Amino acid sequence: MTTALYDVPGPRTKARHRLYGLVSTVLILALIGWVLYLLFATGQFTAPKWTPFTYKGIQELLLRGLGNTLKAFALAAVLSLALGGVLATGRLSEHRALRWVCTLLVEFFRAMPVLVMIFFIYVALKAEPLIALVAGLTLYNGSVLAEVFRTGVHSVDRGQREAAYALGMGKTQVMTHVLVPQAVRAMLPAIISQLVVALKDTSLGYLITYEEFLHAGKLIASNLDYDLPFIPVVMIISPIYIGMCMLLSWLAYWVSKRQRRNPKVEGVEVAAPEPGTLLPGGHQPPR
Amino acid sequence: MNVLLDNLSLYGKGLLGTVELTVFASLLALVLGFLMAAFRVAPVGSLRAFGTAWVTVLRNTPLTLLFFAVVLGLPRFGFVLPFNLFAILALGCYTSAFICEAVRSGINTVPVGQGEAARSLGMTFPQTLGGIVLPQAFRSVIPPIGSTLIALAKNSAIAGAFSVTELLGVYKPLSELGYSIIWTFVWIAVGYLIVTLTISALFNVLEKRYGVAR
Repeated sequence: MTTALYDVPGPRTKARHRLYGLVSTVLILALIGWVLYLLFATGQFTAPKWTPFTYKGIQELLLRGLGNTLKAFALAAVLSLALGGVLATGRLSEHRALRWVCTLLVEFFRAMPVLVMIFFIYVALKAEPLIALVAGLTLYNGSVLAEVFRTGVHSVDRGQREAAYALGMGKTQVMTHVLVPQAVRAMLPAIISQLVVALKDTSLGYLITYEEFLHAGKLIASNLDYDLPFIPVVMIISPIYIGMCMLLSWLAYWVSKRQRRNPKVEGVEVAAPEPGTLLPGGHQPPR
Repeated sequence: MNVLLDNLSLYGKGLLGTVELTVFASLLALVLGFLMAAFRVAPVGSLRAFGTAWVTVLRNTPLTLLFFAVVLGLPRFGFVLPFNLFAILALGCYTSAFICEAVRSGINTVPVGQGEAARSLGMTFPQTLGGIVLPQAFRSVIPPIGSTLIALAKNSAIAGAFSVTELLGVYKPLSELGYSIIWTFVWIAVGYLIVTLTISALFNVLEKRYGVAR
């Protein structure tokens, strides 16, 4: 491992590092032990807290919740990609008015907390929970994706655009035949990373009583008959949530790694969108 | 307009709650984030593993689930704290994972030659780290930390749904009083814009003063 921080260790330093390693391992194990002690001492592994998960009804409730989560995610993903495409096209347009409107929309929706938009649609516009959730997620993630698309198109080498215009292609043709196909390859990791954000944010549906995975968990956790199994519920649903998100994150990482070896996308790289970077007057991420 | 003027104190309390959450959670996130970044570049394997696990798990956990686990789960272990402390804990830990990654990539932007040059001048490890590497790393991490903290301020809205006094929570009493819901939300949106724009402006100043053009 080469870092700017330290040299290749010699024998004495190696011995010292082994000592540090031992001490920190002991400390980490002590921390894990303490958590386990707390779990046992507060009776989290007692039968009444865990038996409900063997019931068919409970399992079906959880599965239904998971299904609803995935449904909201699928809808939000497709719609945000579409909205992102529309907004990015608008921001790249040659008509000033259209460009301004799209810029304003993108900046506004990126600056607002997603939850405020979801609550606004749910409370003020009186939409169904699923519609409010999907609409909120779409507005936010669509705006972020619009930025990704825009930087992606801009990141394609200028010569490509110039060559295409020199061949007599129109603007639409240059976009659809030359720039977008190249940009999409470069953008793919950033797009997938943004979908991870959308997947994580589907759990906001819990707050507006959309019957998703966390909502199902809460129903089980607050049941007195099962001795309020909050911790067992957390222990069952968090690995599933974290696993789904990690799978998607890993896919983004895998795609970007594969592309780094691909000579066709050489030199074109789109950074992952940062949350709320481009506030009016804010910092522009490096291209 | 009436909604705001009639309920200035309610809005004020909400805005103050959001600011308080943002400030304290930011401090926690910065401390934990820098600590985890230090762990992740440490020469000790077990610390690196701990840092990696921390970042991987927290980055892939939905914040609502984390709030659920902290606010409703921790009391089952006998930790009973005020709701806003729970919220600060959840927000701070969640954001620390993103701060950690920003800091780590900042350290990676410092060319290896800088450290090598420092060592060849006979500088000790603390001198290399404190005098050469960290100041350069710090400069390049200002913008990403700024956008992470803006995200934190926006995420603090979730705390309102877990019984913490903050800006989004203001809508509930106001809609019960029969005020126009649309205007209530307009002023909530303005409140959030004030908070995020302030952070953005603050980091712009920091970047102008300390940032480095590479």
